[in-house]
Amino acid sequence: MATKTIRVDYLARVEGEGALDLHVNDGRVTTAQLNIFEPPRFFEAFLRGRGYAETPDIVARICGICPIAYQMSAVHAIESAFGVKVDGQLRALRRLIYCGEWIESHALHVVMLHAPDFLGFPDAIQMARDHGDAVRNGLALKKAGNEVMRVLGGREIHPVNVKVGGFHRVPSSAELVPLGENLKRAHDLATDLVRWVATFPFPEFEQNYEFVALRHPDEYPFNEGRLVSNRDIDIDIADYETEFEERHVAHSTALHSVVKRRGAYLVGPLARYALNFDRLPASVQTLARETGLGPECNNPFQSIIVRALEIVYACQEALRLIAAYEPPDVASMRVTPRVGTGFGCTEAPRGICWHRYDFDAEGTIREARIVPPTSQNQPSIEADLKAVATSILDQSDDIIRARCEQSIRNYDPCISCSAHFLRLSVHRT
Amino acid sequence: MTERRRPRLAVWKFASCDGCQLSLLDCEDEFLALADAIQIANFPEASSAVEDGPYDLSLVEGSITTAHDAERIRKVRQQSRHLITIGACATAGGIQALRNFADVNDFIAAVYASPQYIKALATSTPISAHVTVDFELHGCPINKEQLIEVISAFLAGRKPAIAAHSVCVECKRCGTVCVMVQGTPCLGPVTHAGCGAICPSYRRGCYGCYGPMETPNTAALAREWRMLGAAPRDIRRAFRTFNAAAEPFLKESQAHGN
Repeated sequence: MATKTIRVDYLARVEGEGALDLHVNDGRVTTAQLNIFEPPRFFEAFLRGRGYAETPDIVARICGICPIAYQMSAVHAIESAFGVKVDGQLRALRRLIYCGEWIESHALHVVMLHAPDFLGFPDAIQMARDHGDAVRNGLALKKAGNEVMRVLGGREIHPVNVKVGGFHRVPSSAELVPLGENLKRAHDLATDLVRWVATFPFPEFEQNYEFVALRHPDEYPFNEGRLVSNRDIDIDIADYETEFEERHVAHSTALHSVVKRRGAYLVGPLARYALNFDRLPASVQTLARETGLGPECNNPFQSIIVRALEIVYACQEALRLIAAYEPPDVASMRVTPRVGTGFGCTEAPRGICWHRYDFDAEGTIREARIVPPTSQNQPSIEADLKAVATSILDQSDDIIRARCEQSIRNYDPCISCSAHFLRLSVHRT
Repeated sequence: MTERRRPRLAVWKFASCDGCQLSLLDCEDEFLALADAIQIANFPEASSAVEDGPYDLSLVEGSITTAHDAERIRKVRQQSRHLITIGACATAGGIQALRNFADVNDFIAAVYASPQYIKALATSTPISAHVTVDFELHGCPINKEQLIEVISAFLAGRKPAIAAHSVCVECKRCGTVCVMVQGTPCLGPVTHAGCGAICPSYRRGCYGCYGPMETPNTAALAREWRMLGAAPRDIRRAFRTFNAAAEPFLKESQAHGN
């Protein structure tokens, strides 16, 4: 029987450089690989010898789409190493800027990158000819998220205001008022977006995922919580390395993460949603049910609905935080470096972003380890690819190729991020 | 009816964080108008419809860090009437140029479980080290208003109105009180304008993400930093970030030890 290879040399509408390889033999998919050829930038290596205070600015550059995720995981890790607790309104402001990043990143993915797949367009520009309002509203939503980043962070990409211990400057209440006005409109747009994407044609496809996300006692997670899964994981973030490990494979400059005892797992919107549905406000739960989703969604193609629901949530949460805001007395807590190791894990738009830093007495990094969301999702992406391709092998190569690309976009992969994180193990004798 | 001939734009990525090309999608109010005025012929981050060259204008993000990319940038140049670099990676080598200060073989061996899978050059170099560049837009990330200005200028055949003075001028223009006079070390006096002097308006010193201005006096600024209590290590670190390989910053960082 025929052997054939289906290949996509350069994946479009994802962040970064990747390709797809599918090998079919005797009517069976033998290999499905997400080939990441993004050149590595060696962040973990050059962070050694750098100071704790400059770390948030440096790690932001890992990703232009989710810089806050890297800054937040880093400041939490550094503060845990130095025994600093950031609470009250400073903690609320961190949550608020993270809401901005979720809104901006999710709106970009849902409307500009992922929706065209479901409606048969190569991009949002072509899609705008038939769905002009949807694209314009998506851009307005994205802009509302970016406004939060700009006011709190100074700019949308690589914000400058996040600091170990808090912020360089905190906003006045008056500065947040226009954000509130924008976010009210954004909330309505996001609600419409949920209803719109729920009408898309979804392939019948479900996987039995191990979902991994943060879980907080009473919040939908951003910055804090325990690491849990729908199997049996329930650990402190400091114990990440006892349950998970990264493996270096030949076809990817990003490492593959697995649960040591089992294998592939999934992080990101589907995981957060399934593990924290009860932490969503009743109105968001109702909206989810209205679209036909239960408290858990195992169809990766429907991740677009869950992302849209998370935009609604982020708008609500941002409005709540703004309404309760009172400028704190100090912009940041006092930070005194000491020898130690710190861990940080926060929910990037694409899933958990885990950091560990070891410091010397002056606060210089001795070792850094950063695990981005996309490298954790790679084994699940490949498992999906194999299953998706198998289910439509009787179709033409073009259809298989398009469906596989769409499967990869289900994860909103951030390849630029993932390729920069390679395990750093230094052996000195 | 024949469609009017619109200029053809291509956006290319090399080693980078994607932030500068994202700036194009961050032009939320202008994006659809822009896509109407020009033909976005090759922009894989935004569209799976990729058309062959030649292109009227190529925007290049990222630095050259692999032999494959060194070859690819030559092909990009051949297909492009104008080539503009966007951001610190493409213009100065980016943060990944910190490898230039280390032995890359040690680096790779230290980082990878299986170094044989990895192909990386010893240095991260700007696009101008490989091909002719028609204009360099500074910034980590670039400023989106400046990006629109540069695109408009090239398509209109005029010189972009992008000032090459320092961030100090921007602070004065915004009415931001100088942070240096309040005792905070700042790279503003030697840093290329363009961001709008964001950091001082957030009560911190500029950290130089737009790279060196024209003819900066970095040595004089380093002396000021010393007087404010900065140690040589602090000065070295400050000059060795996102534009570490830009000549004036490179030299100044080397003047403060290794």
